[in-house]
Amino acid sequence: MATYVLRRLIQTAGLLALLSVLLFALVNLAPGGPLAGQGQSRHIDPAKVELLKRQFGLDKPLPTQYLVWLIGNDWMQVDKDGDGALDSYGTRRGILRGDFGFSFRTRQPVLTEIGQRLPNTIYLMTITMGLAVLVALPIGIISAIRQYSLFDITVTTFSFAGQAVPEFWLGLILILVFYAWLKNPFTGGPLLPPGGMTSTGSVGFDLGDRVLHLILPVATGALGWVAWYSRFLRSSMLEVIHRDYIRTARAKGLKNWKVLFRHALRNALIPLVTLLALDLPYIFGGAVFVEILFSWPGMGRLYYQAALDRDYPILLAVLIIGAGFIILSNLLADIVYAYLDPRIRYE
Amino acid sequence: MNTTNGLQASTAFQSAGMGAGVWKRFRKHPGAIFGFIVIFTLAVSTLLASFSPYDPEISNLPEKNTAPSLSHPMGTDALGRDLLTRVLFGGRISLTVGLLVVVISLVIGVPIGALAGYYGGVLDSALMRLTDSFLSLPSFLVLILLSAILREVEAPLFERNSVLTISMVIGAFGWTTFARLVRAAFLTLRETDFVSASRALGGSDLRIILRHILPNAIGPIVVEATLEFGYAIIEESGLSFLGFGIQPPTPSWGNLLSNAQEHFTKYPWLAIFPGLMIFLSIISINYIGDGLRDAFDPYKVLEKVGEV
Repeated sequence: MATYVLRRLIQTAGLLALLSVLLFALVNLAPGGPLAGQGQSRHIDPAKVELLKRQFGLDKPLPTQYLVWLIGNDWMQVDKDGDGALDSYGTRRGILRGDFGFSFRTRQPVLTEIGQRLPNTIYLMTITMGLAVLVALPIGIISAIRQYSLFDITVTTFSFAGQAVPEFWLGLILILVFYAWLKNPFTGGPLLPPGGMTSTGSVGFDLGDRVLHLILPVATGALGWVAWYSRFLRSSMLEVIHRDYIRTARAKGLKNWKVLFRHALRNALIPLVTLLALDLPYIFGGAVFVEILFSWPGMGRLYYQAALDRDYPILLAVLIIGAGFIILSNLLADIVYAYLDPRIRYE
Repeated sequence: MNTTNGLQASTAFQSAGMGAGVWKRFRKHPGAIFGFIVIFTLAVSTLLASFSPYDPEISNLPEKNTAPSLSHPMGTDALGRDLLTRVLFGGRISLTVGLLVVVISLVIGVPIGALAGYYGGVLDSALMRLTDSFLSLPSFLVLILLSAILREVEAPLFERNSVLTISMVIGAFGWTTFARLVRAAFLTLRETDFVSASRALGGSDLRIILRHILPNAIGPIVVEATLEFGYAIIEESGLSFLGFGIQPPTPSWGNLLSNAQEHFTKYPWLAIFPGLMIFLSIISINYIGDGLRDAFDPYKVLEKVGEV
């Protein structure tokens, strides 16, 4: 197992290296180049552009630029004042040493920007996905146990529909109903806030206020997950229920609930747990639509704003880190699977 | 009765001439029939949209923001344009993007999967590493980046994120599933007796791939293509909703919803109808996919090719 994990980690490094080349090339070969986001719509003097290019090292050949992006330039002479002559050592440390550069827009280090947004996204997404799993579990189980019952048919239809509802539409409709139409019977104001993490101007930590602000974004984000997880659990439960060892358990005279929960469910949950491991990257990337609709200051909105501004350092950092998360969670899923199902052996 | 079905089922996996059996089973799936009718009606209506008495893009300010009525069944938008007309023209775009993405994904994915599965070895590992690297990217975020970059490009055909640009962007990430699926089918099918027989008879690689192996993998490909059609529509409307997709004044379901955002609490029809269309078409497509899956019985196909 240890050698297997080690081999996979080496493959991960290789894959990330390949991706870093692809993404770097994408941004640098894009029309307008990596400076397209600099200065926005305001006209920049061509001489100034040349200066900037020299200062950023963009006059160097692409492979050199890639190397600098990767490992930094504090070991080589650079042209800091842009006059065409090398004058001092560089200050960039490269993404391998955790230096993702500075945001074009805010001039802050990219990692600082991400650090400010990430907790908000993790907060929203863990609640969204945690709740989705909690709701999906009983639905999926009952659906499978009572296959073709009225409950099953209703739930199956709803989850089919749930998977077809676009998040950005669901969010709008929920705002329409719970913010614009329904009124709070006590205050006469809107029933639920339309966005933000807390009420503006609120001081300190107010749990009730926090929860109110969570309801709509979580509902918007969770519906698709509930539909997906419950359908998944239903089919994996159905598959297990028809296995021989379940019949054996019943034949031995075990109580129905014991058969279902001790024998069937435990095995049916294995694929679901693996699936959850695979979905972990969403906790990092967040839900772009939910965050935009509900003015949630998280990673999704950071990325969206960066795309509008062509803020390449931010975009590249989110993509590379996101890819890292995806690859690692694939590995995690495989490990969890092997751990839960002793029949799986990796050599 | 049972024997007949069994017979049809087994012939279905042996030759490309499987139309009748598949259609018979597809017909018995009520959801699939519902989906088929909805998509068909939608496609025809979007084609008939040109006969609408209203223009989808020219504003008519005296009639701005009117609620749904007999003359404007879905109401009008902030510039007084008939929403139904715009929704139908938007549907034309969404369906076209969906079709183009499926075609692009097939054109890239099927050859890659076929070559990897048929020849194996170094070619297989190289192509599969490429597929893996695409699968390791947060694809929707990359779609946002690509379309944000391409939005500024001014080349013929690619002007301001045309239908073709957006389809190519989405298709550039849609092919991976096809590549894996086709590869898995080829890996097993290339070892079968009928392939050896064809080779012994002097059949060229190209003939074996196209004539003998590919037709046997058609079931899962068709099911996946249907689902891809749906994903593409969702992704296009998502991109357009964010402003990176189809650019106004050309209507698309996504940018109609995006425009609705500003005043939708006052004029809710602007938000309700375009989203309803996305929802209806996605659920229909998913039902069609479900029906096709049952009809082709890919479990049998997949068992045969060793996927399950």
